[in-house]
Amino acid sequence: MKKLILATAALALSAGLASADTVRMGTEGAYPPWNFINDNGQVDGFERELGDELCKRAELTCEWVTNEWDSIIPNLVSGNYDVIIAGMSITAEREEVIDFTQNYTPPDPSAYLAMSPDVDVENSVIAAQTNTIQAAFIAEHGWTLVEFATPEETIAAVRNGEADAVLADKAYLAPVAAEEDGLVLLEREEMIGGGVGMGVRESDGELKAKFDAAIQSMKDDGSLNAMITKWEVATTF
Amino acid sequence: MFNFCTDPDTLPTLQWFACFLTTGKHMGFYASFGTVLLLLAITAPAALLFGFGGASAARSRILPLSWLGKAYIALVRGVPDIAFFLFFVIALDQALEWMRHQVKCPDWDQPIRQGNDFVVCAQAKLPLGTAPQWVHETYGFSLAVLTFAIVFGAFAANVLYGAMRAVPHAQIETAEAYGMSHRQTFWRILVPQMWVYALPGLSNLWMVLIKATPLLFLLGVEDIVYWARELGGTANPRFTDYPHGDWRMWYFLALLIFYLGFTRVSELVLDRIMRRLSHGQATAGGEAQRRAAGGPP
Repeated sequence: MKKLILATAALALSAGLASADTVRMGTEGAYPPWNFINDNGQVDGFERELGDELCKRAELTCEWVTNEWDSIIPNLVSGNYDVIIAGMSITAEREEVIDFTQNYTPPDPSAYLAMSPDVDVENSVIAAQTNTIQAAFIAEHGWTLVEFATPEETIAAVRNGEADAVLADKAYLAPVAAEEDGLVLLEREEMIGGGVGMGVRESDGELKAKFDAAIQSMKDDGSLNAMITKWEVATTF
Repeated sequence: MFNFCTDPDTLPTLQWFACFLTTGKHMGFYASFGTVLLLLAITAPAALLFGFGGASAARSRILPLSWLGKAYIALVRGVPDIAFFLFFVIALDQALEWMRHQVKCPDWDQPIRQGNDFVVCAQAKLPLGTAPQWVHETYGFSLAVLTFAIVFGAFAANVLYGAMRAVPHAQIETAEAYGMSHRQTFWRILVPQMWVYALPGLSNLWMVLIKATPLLFLLGVEDIVYWARELGGTANPRFTDYPHGDWRMWYFLALLIFYLGFTRVSELVLDRIMRRLSHGQATAGGEAQRRAAGGPP
């Protein structure tokens, strides 16, 4: 009888341990080429491919979840998912609440998109998404800022004249400028943020270590640079 | 979906739209209409139940019960819906996980609140981290239904409380004269007659509930507003086979037609119910029916 109980307990425990390797990856799904929802309704983009590869290297089973940008950190902290992989730059302000892995893209230039190339950004209305490094940048400099909840709305604001320009990651704005005749990138660019990393809870040191190791291995064998070039998200390391 | 959809760039307009409107992403949009209707189908009876309980409690002769009912009505009606949704859902989720944690992991020695994080042992998480995505989505949906039911239940409780007090006192007196107990009077005389007084208020609530379903979007449930925003946004040819401009206006127009149609159908149904309930009642509607049926003026 005792043996049966012990065996069952061991089985239950090991089952618990084995299944504890599922990691839920939270992303926004509205920021191509980093992450977006493709025609089939699936999460796609640079970070989807990167996340799947990192999970393979860290020997984890990964499940993808989308969450809107404004509540993405509170929901991580609350335990709805385990990782934020959503083009989130490493900043000191965010470091206070969550931990970041090492960056998987170098600090990326942020560009301005406007309807004409000669907009004076210091004296114009600039649109940005809320809670981004770009919004903080404009606010710190004391320029006029208009904030929106989603990246799509910031561009719509420029199109309809509510804002004179939008400040966002160059990788996000470049395809838009390429596609639309009426929108151009300004020459001026800004270097903001410390590169993009994965966000984890401060209490989740083990998971952070696993992903750090996986990211390092991708940097070492060049596959990360290849992926960056493929998706045109940033400069390479 | 159709076999001519393999190269959308070459298609004429009608076929292009046929393919565009049947992509996997659009199927998610259509399915979300089902989500909204399911939410309404479950929340309305649940809110009515909460409302009935709240109103009965508020009317009760047992003083603490009456205080409880009145407090529920006052507090939940007084807090803005959005604040209630954003706070209550997270708080309820954490409360349930905390209780499971106390039961399942008695020998956990670390604190649960670590800095900003809320950390419980893996077996106590609700739903489990290993559970498939549909379990997570169902759980989120259920939390949303519960929160909606509690919020709209408070408003329903207020309406039903007023309706219960509107039933002519003569009816209650007659019932007591016949020797009916309190319970019998309540269930046989008061409740059947209060509906005609409750219905205008409840029909209002139903319309408000229909219009409040986009709040699901705040709770992370993919509802029709989420999909309209997602699908309507500019689609760049690099990331999709179906590039298009900013079509959000058209998607929101479709939503507008849906909501207006739905409320119109609801109005027709509620009118019918009102007519049935007015039969024999001493209200203006009941009186009009009586005269129309050829009764004395």
